[in-house]
Amino acid sequence: MKRPSLGSLLLGLIPFIGGCLSVPLWDRVDPMVFGVPFNFFWLVCWLFLTPLCLWGAYRLDPPPSETPSERGDAQ
Amino acid sequence: MTSGIVAMTIISGIVGVGALAGFYAKSRRKMDLEQWTVGGRGFGVVLVWLLMAGEMYTTFTFLGASGWAYSRGAPVFYILSYQPLLNVVAFFILPLISDVGRKYRLQTQPDFFLLRYGSKHLSALVALVGVTCLLPYSQLQLTGLGVIVEVASYGAISRTLAMFIAFTIVAAFVFVSGVRGVAWVSVIKDVLLLFAAVFVGIAVPYIYFGGIGPMFAALAQAKPHHLTMPGATRDLGHGWFISSVLLTAMGFYMWPQLFAASFTARNSNILRRNAIVMPLYSITMPLMFIVGFCAVLVLPGLKDSNMALMTMVRKTFPAWFLGVVGGAGALTAMVPAAIQLLTSATLFAKNLFRPILAPNMTDGEVGRLAKLMVLLLTGCALFLAIHSSLSLVSLLLIGYAGIAQLFPGVVLGLFSKRVTTVGVFAGIAAGIGCTAFLILTGRDPYYGLNAGFVALCLNFATTILVSLVTTAHVAGFEELMPVLAATPETAQGRS
Repeated sequence: MKRPSLGSLLLGLIPFIGGCLSVPLWDRVDPMVFGVPFNFFWLVCWLFLTPLCLWGAYRLDPPPSETPSERGDAQ
Repeated sequence: MTSGIVAMTIISGIVGVGALAGFYAKSRRKMDLEQWTVGGRGFGVVLVWLLMAGEMYTTFTFLGASGWAYSRGAPVFYILSYQPLLNVVAFFILPLISDVGRKYRLQTQPDFFLLRYGSKHLSALVALVGVTCLLPYSQLQLTGLGVIVEVASYGAISRTLAMFIAFTIVAAFVFVSGVRGVAWVSVIKDVLLLFAAVFVGIAVPYIYFGGIGPMFAALAQAKPHHLTMPGATRDLGHGWFISSVLLTAMGFYMWPQLFAASFTARNSNILRRNAIVMPLYSITMPLMFIVGFCAVLVLPGLKDSNMALMTMVRKTFPAWFLGVVGGAGALTAMVPAAIQLLTSATLFAKNLFRPILAPNMTDGEVGRLAKLMVLLLTGCALFLAIHSSLSLVSLLLIGYAGIAQLFPGVVLGLFSKRVTTVGVFAGIAAGIGCTAFLILTGRDPYYGLNAGFVALCLNFATTILVSLVTTAHVAGFEELMPVLAATPETAQGRS
C-alpha cells in the first residue's frame, strides 16, 4: 500500500467538513425532514455519503493488483 | 416477579448459547500466545470485519447512546458524527499499519512502536497507556451488564451482585475462548442487536406517539432546546461537538485491540473495503437515539440515564421480549469486554512486564501471566464499576481522551522520516499528563473544548517540536516501514 494521493485525501476531507466542522450551519430542528429534526437527518445522510466519498478515494488509489487504466472511469 | 424470572431465563439462555459458541470455535485450534491474542494470521474479510464491527456495537452503543439522548439531548449526536469519520481515518492509515504488522509478524500495538522507534521504554509506555485506558472501557461493559440484569430482574438482583456475576462469566469466557472464539460470538450478538434495535427503535415511538415524526414534533414542542446543542447541558456546544468528534475519530483505531486487529487482515485492501462499508453499520445508532428521546417524554425523572433503554423496553413490551433485548445487550457487553481484557492482559505481560522487569521470561510464562492478568484487570474493572456513577458515555470519553494520545506517534511515524523516539515519548507524556490534569481537576470541557482534544493538540505540538531538536537515530527504520521506504514509483510491488 503506498501513500494516499492528494485527490483521495481531499475526498476524505469532505465528510469531515460535511458531518462535523460545519455543525453551526445545520444544528437546528427546522425544517424537519421525514419527521426527524434537521440536524439528525443531516447526520444520517452522512452515513451514506461517507461511503461514497471513500469509494471515490478507493477508485483514485486502486490496489496494486488492478491496472489503473480500468479504474476511475465508472464514477 | 414471574416476569423477572421469564426475562432472566431468556437472558441466561442467550448468554449460554453465546458462551458455548465461543468454546466450540476455540476447541478446534491449538492455542499458543499468538493464537490466543491475534488468532493466528490469515483472518479473511469476514473475521476481521467481525472483530472490528464487534467493537462498533458495544454496551456504549446500546445503553450509552440512548442514555445520553435521554439525559443530554442533542450532544449525543456527536456519536452519529464520529462513527462514519473514524472509517475515513481507518481508510488512510489502517492499510499502512497492517502492512507493517503482517510483514514483521507483530502481535500488539506496542510491538509496532518498538519496531518503528526502537525503544522498549517507549513501547512499555504505550502498553501502559493502553492498559490504563482500556480500564474505563471494560468498566463500561460491566456497568452495562449490571444495568441490564438489574432492570430485567425487576430489581430482584442488585446491580453490584449482577456485576459480580458478569465479572465471573466474562473472565471465564476470555480464559477459554481466546480471540477466535470471541470473534464468532460477535455474529450472534450483532444479529440479535440489529433485530432488537430496529424493532425497538421503530415500535416504541409508534406505540406512544403514532410514529417517529409525531414523537419528534411532541418533543420539539415540550422541550424546544433538547434537540439542538448544547441540549440539556450548559457546556456541550458546537466547540465541544467538533473537538469530541475529531478526538474520537482519530482515537478509535488507537484502541490496542482494534489496532492489532488490523494485523490479522490477510491483505491491506480488505481494510480499505471494510472502511468503505462500515459507516452503514452505524444505522442502528439513530434508532437508539430515538428510544432515548421517547423516554424523555414517557419516563421523565429516571434516577440513572444508563437505564433509559432497558426501562423503556420493560414498560412497553412483554417479559420474554425484555429477555431477548437483555440477552442481546448482555452479549454486546461481554464480547467487547472479553476482547478488551484479553488485549489489556497481553499488553501488560508481553510489552510492559517482560521487557522492563523480567527479560528472561519464556513465551509460556508470558502466556500464563497474561491469563492471571485477565483476572486481575477484570477485578479492577469490577471495583471501578461498583464505585462509580459516571454515565457510560462519559466513561468512554475519558478512555478516548487517553488513548487518542497515541495518534501522533502512529501517524507521524507512518508518514514522516523526521519524527524521533524522544519526540514521541515527550508528546505522549505531555498528552497524557494534560488529559489527566484537566479531567481530574474537573476542567472537562476546557473553554468549551473536549479536554482530550486540547491535550492531543499539545501532544502534536510537543512531538513535532521535540523531534525537530533531536535526531532520529533508529538505524534502518526507513526500510522497516514500507511507506517510508517506497517512493510512489517503486511501491507497486507491495500490498
